[in-house]
Amino acid sequence: MGSLTIDNVKKCFGKVEVLKGIDLEVKDGEFVVFVGPSGCGKSTLLRVIAGLEDSSSGDVRIDGDSVVGVPPARRGIAMVFQTYALYPHLTVRNNMSLGLKQAGTAADEIARRVDVASTMLSLDPYLERRPAELSGGQRQRVAIGRAVVRDPKLFLFDEPLSNLDAALRVNTRLEIAQLHRRLKATMIYVTHDQVEAMTLADRIVVLNAGRIEQVGKPMELYNSPANEFVAGFIGSPKMNFIDAARLGDSEARTIGVRPEHLTVDPASGTWKGTVIHAEHLGADTNIYLDTEKAGLLTVRIFGVYDAEPGSTLYVTPDPEKTYRFDKEGRRIG
Amino acid sequence: MTRSTHSIPRSIAAHAVLIAYTVIALFPVVVIVINSFKSRNAIFRSPLSFPTEKTFDLVGYATVLNQGDFLLYFQNSFVVTVASLFFVLLFGAMAAFALAEYRFRGNSLMGLYLALGIMIPIRLGTVAILQLMVASGLVNTLTALILVYTAQGLPLAVFILSEFMRQVSDDLKDAGRIDGLSEYRIFFRLVLPLVRPAMATVAVFTMIPIWNDLWFPLILAPSEATKTVTLGAQLFIGQYVTNWNAVLAALSLAILPVVILYLIFSRQMIRGITSGAVK
Repeated sequence: MGSLTIDNVKKCFGKVEVLKGIDLEVKDGEFVVFVGPSGCGKSTLLRVIAGLEDSSSGDVRIDGDSVVGVPPARRGIAMVFQTYALYPHLTVRNNMSLGLKQAGTAADEIARRVDVASTMLSLDPYLERRPAELSGGQRQRVAIGRAVVRDPKLFLFDEPLSNLDAALRVNTRLEIAQLHRRLKATMIYVTHDQVEAMTLADRIVVLNAGRIEQVGKPMELYNSPANEFVAGFIGSPKMNFIDAARLGDSEARTIGVRPEHLTVDPASGTWKGTVIHAEHLGADTNIYLDTEKAGLLTVRIFGVYDAEPGSTLYVTPDPEKTYRFDKEGRRIG
Repeated sequence: MTRSTHSIPRSIAAHAVLIAYTVIALFPVVVIVINSFKSRNAIFRSPLSFPTEKTFDLVGYATVLNQGDFLLYFQNSFVVTVASLFFVLLFGAMAAFALAEYRFRGNSLMGLYLALGIMIPIRLGTVAILQLMVASGLVNTLTALILVYTAQGLPLAVFILSEFMRQVSDDLKDAGRIDGLSEYRIFFRLVLPLVRPAMATVAVFTMIPIWNDLWFPLILAPSEATKTVTLGAQLFIGQYVTNWNAVLAALSLAILPVVILYLIFSRQMIRGITSGAVK
């Protein structure tokens, strides 16, 4: 059990409005990722859901019951923080059981739940250690374990992978995905990394400047972004935006085309350009071109492609996969 | 370590400076201690020489200890220092936590107001404090001294501790809130242990002026029952005759407890610094 309804939530810090009216519905068992650039309000929204921050107006309901004014500990939530936030003076076992002890759970029930969680996260050998004796990845697993033990209606993750190195990040990401499948719990996950969002989410909520730009399945956002911001934020490398006037399109203001939807040819094509730089990643190659008509473009080619800086290439966009945006940034036909 | 930080002339120069400073700082203390073991004549004839078999004399210590009340003076000093220290650390840390942790109207103004005491010496208010103590019947009690010293120590304590409290991870406090810890438990169990090095620093800065103070004991609590050690040592300084043996012995003894307290706190300070470095 664990649905979440956010109804016109606003949050001001002094005169600064950080959340400008957020409406969102999260179904039971869903994995929802809030993504957006720093300062877009995604963490604030998560803290409002957690009860660590009071909303200035609006309603938050968990399982249909309004939790406005309810302290965090009684909202039936658990949270995993970016900096792990383990209690330094307690062992792993006590870190995981503190919340239950505070709630007055029976000792044998606490022991049982800690055992289940530590087996699930392979923390058994570390139960009697203190956080200082663990590596970063282990600490974050303990933090996840501390959340699991509470058996919450709602899991909240606040950029949990940001402090881990690249290899560990991929592993932990996998573990969180498996955890979600096993527990079938409702999870809300905040990140600024669109790769995490794409790989983990059932649905992604893209936030910008305190507003929701678009909500949808990862592929919906990728294939049919509602506006220029979402189009630019989802997908890596970033979508190319071309001034529509340069291409003779009077209706639209910007034309967008993803780097992977451009093809290059040394002999002929739509736009002629000069190679500025090429990045060889093995599985694919990113080529940065300065074209006469469309300006600077990034092209992503699958596989290896030899392009010397300074050489001339012709770029052709896939007409099926170009996007047009009006002057408000909204997508048009 | 790079070679440049390890060159021999540099470290000789650094050590020379440090040794010179140590000598200057310790000189008066050493003079007091060595002279306290000498006979009166020897003190005046050669104040800088160490006691020899001929000049060695414990008459100063004998006078001080036979005075009888001196143990009481020590006890008074100790009670006043420890109690003031306790209240300064407790209330200072609480105020610092509130300033660092909670957003409320006038937060920074309140911080400034509390820090004002660092710049304005409390002794300027002596007359008012004396009137207050007379009115409340606290003259010649240790309570009066404890209250004044707590007020004296708080500004610096709040100032230093609130800086340190801001560095304590917000996530940790939030994790505590989600686990259902009360604000008091978050403060005492999570935050205080993490700012222990800062607490030790504040303790040392607060403790030494209190122990050494002559002003307030003289004005607020000069009675025989409430005299502190520094005030008690004045007993031997007369208008015409000063019992230097006794004065020096009393001062030498007065150094001891404060050194012991300092050693306790400084170990905390060092432990805190190193544990932070290897995190």
